[in-house]
Amino acid sequence: MNLDSLLDFSSAVLRGMTPILFAALGGYLSERSGVINIALEGMMLIGSFFGVLAALSFHGSGAPWMGFLAAGVAGGIFAALYGLFVIRYRANQIVAGTAMNLLAAGLTPFFCKIVFDSTGNTPSLPLEDRFQYFPMFLSFGLAFGLHWMSRQTPMGLWISFAGENPAALATAGIRVNRLRTWAVIASGVLAGWGGASLSICLSSSFSRNMTAGRGFMALAALIFGKWRPLPAMGACLFFAISDTVQMRLQGVPVFGGQPIPVEFIQMIPYVATMLILAGWVGQSRAPKSLGLPFHQG
Amino acid sequence: MHLKKFGFLGRVASFLVLALWTSLASAGGLNGVGLKVGMVLDKGGKDDKSFNASAYSGANRAKDELKIQYKYVEATDDNAFEPLLRSFAQKDFDLIIGVGFAQAEAMAKVSKAFPNKLFAIVDSDVKGANVRSLMFEEHEGSFLMGAVAALKSKSGKIGFIGGMAIPLIKRFEMGFEAGVKHVNPKATVTSNFVGVTADSWNNPPKAKELALGQFNNGVDVIFQAAGASGSGVFDAAEEKKKFAIGVDSNQNWMKPGVILTSMMKRVDISVYETIKEVAAARNAEGKLPADFNKTFAGLKRFGLKNSGVDYALDSHNQKEMSADVKKKIDDLKGQITSGKIKVPDFYTAKAGKK
Repeated sequence: MNLDSLLDFSSAVLRGMTPILFAALGGYLSERSGVINIALEGMMLIGSFFGVLAALSFHGSGAPWMGFLAAGVAGGIFAALYGLFVIRYRANQIVAGTAMNLLAAGLTPFFCKIVFDSTGNTPSLPLEDRFQYFPMFLSFGLAFGLHWMSRQTPMGLWISFAGENPAALATAGIRVNRLRTWAVIASGVLAGWGGASLSICLSSSFSRNMTAGRGFMALAALIFGKWRPLPAMGACLFFAISDTVQMRLQGVPVFGGQPIPVEFIQMIPYVATMLILAGWVGQSRAPKSLGLPFHQG
Repeated sequence: MHLKKFGFLGRVASFLVLALWTSLASAGGLNGVGLKVGMVLDKGGKDDKSFNASAYSGANRAKDELKIQYKYVEATDDNAFEPLLRSFAQKDFDLIIGVGFAQAEAMAKVSKAFPNKLFAIVDSDVKGANVRSLMFEEHEGSFLMGAVAALKSKSGKIGFIGGMAIPLIKRFEMGFEAGVKHVNPKATVTSNFVGVTADSWNNPPKAKELALGQFNNGVDVIFQAAGASGSGVFDAAEEKKKFAIGVDSNQNWMKPGVILTSMMKRVDISVYETIKEVAAARNAEGKLPADFNKTFAGLKRFGLKNSGVDYALDSHNQKEMSADVKKKIDDLKGQITSGKIKVPDFYTAKAGKK
């Protein structure tokens, strides 16, 4: 392996982990505060659509930035709706989260039809209206930022307490449900950015269901990382590495010029995940009050 | 009726229009009026700029030209096919078209349950007394794409990116590789596949990543057969200033200067022709001849010979497909249709091995 291919490999890994990392960090905020968030996938989808929509409308004048901004806002609003259901009205979080995912899967083609007269995909963004690296740096920065927040700030402590022992937090005078709502909204912003990094950085348009399960992978990375930002980032890195290995080994001749059948290569990420989950991770403990609505006395 | 408002002249005019309409319809032998066609599209949806878009445009053409009534639905997952097909059959639809190999099983079941209806399926061979299977000779078209790629490649390294490693896509791959080797025996083909689930057809970022990897290894032309994921391959080619080849529909317009040509699979023609046949066989009361099923059912193949597959040439790729390239490709096309070149077919090659 020479320097060039090492560079190619590592940049592929970074690209692959960016959208998942955004969503996993969003999931971290929401789940640490006690709200299960399987709606990450839907929030990503919303972000990827509105990101492209804004970037197309601001062609030439800071398009990708406006796209990112819009993706965050749209993801946040969508998440606020989820928060309304599960925090205010105490709906079952798994059911409501699934509903949000279905809603996003239906809403995005619907909006796309209204704006672009196509249920499949949006027109594509020209090269200068796309990001090259920014989302990657932002996601890394956020991971370290959230790590610092969880360790060093009162806010970090409150969020953990909202998920572990909300009653204790309430006695300390913090409004648990308000805190949870903001955590869920923030998770929507981050997941929206994850979606936007897919559509305005890693590709050039929105296409239906383009998140392709990345929201759920983010959730897995979060659990894998024991609901902590940096370990979750490690898990995203691991997923991205195994997927990139899989991609780069496809069709590469080994042992006397014959490539390994692609079906075997494509098993690599799944097998690696199973091995790691079964062997190394150990017990992953969820926040104690995860999924339990809090009745403010 | 609101016609009163327009008075006597209005009535005369509307009568004339109506008379003209009916006479045109019967004079042209267009018994499509009243024929109800239902179409179930695959998950890509009618705007995938590819396979489903082609089927959709074929049915639309039938609607405009043959005056049929036509409804379509887009399936959102594999479990939706059977209920969608069934609901068309339960209503008064005469002909139900399923688009995509994923519907094969559902189609087999539903067509058996409704022997009085006509069914057609694109991209799969379903046996049944009332089912027509529309199959395309993808390997022949892919062979031409391979030849184009080999002619345009400077490095002699050529790439293929498929959606999933399924027989249909392997057929593209095998034909493509044969075309490459026919022009340049020393050239190599690297094949990659996007994934293992249905998401693979809708995952442009991953297709782009695969394409970037190939370009970084010296590949300079990539043929993609990956549905909506293909746009990721085009993005990568644009960024790296390399070439890509489109698939299914004419995709040349998506990135002029980057896309050499597209292998067109004329699903639109196959759908249109099927509807037209049914429309033409109907008598004035809209009844089909008793033995119509016999002529209708069975396998119909669309290849280079009947322009069921072809390569796309338009204003967007005139520069890339220069006269001498075009001449060579047309020459190869002639050799395939005349049987001089036999393009290896994954379907039969597999059977031969057993």
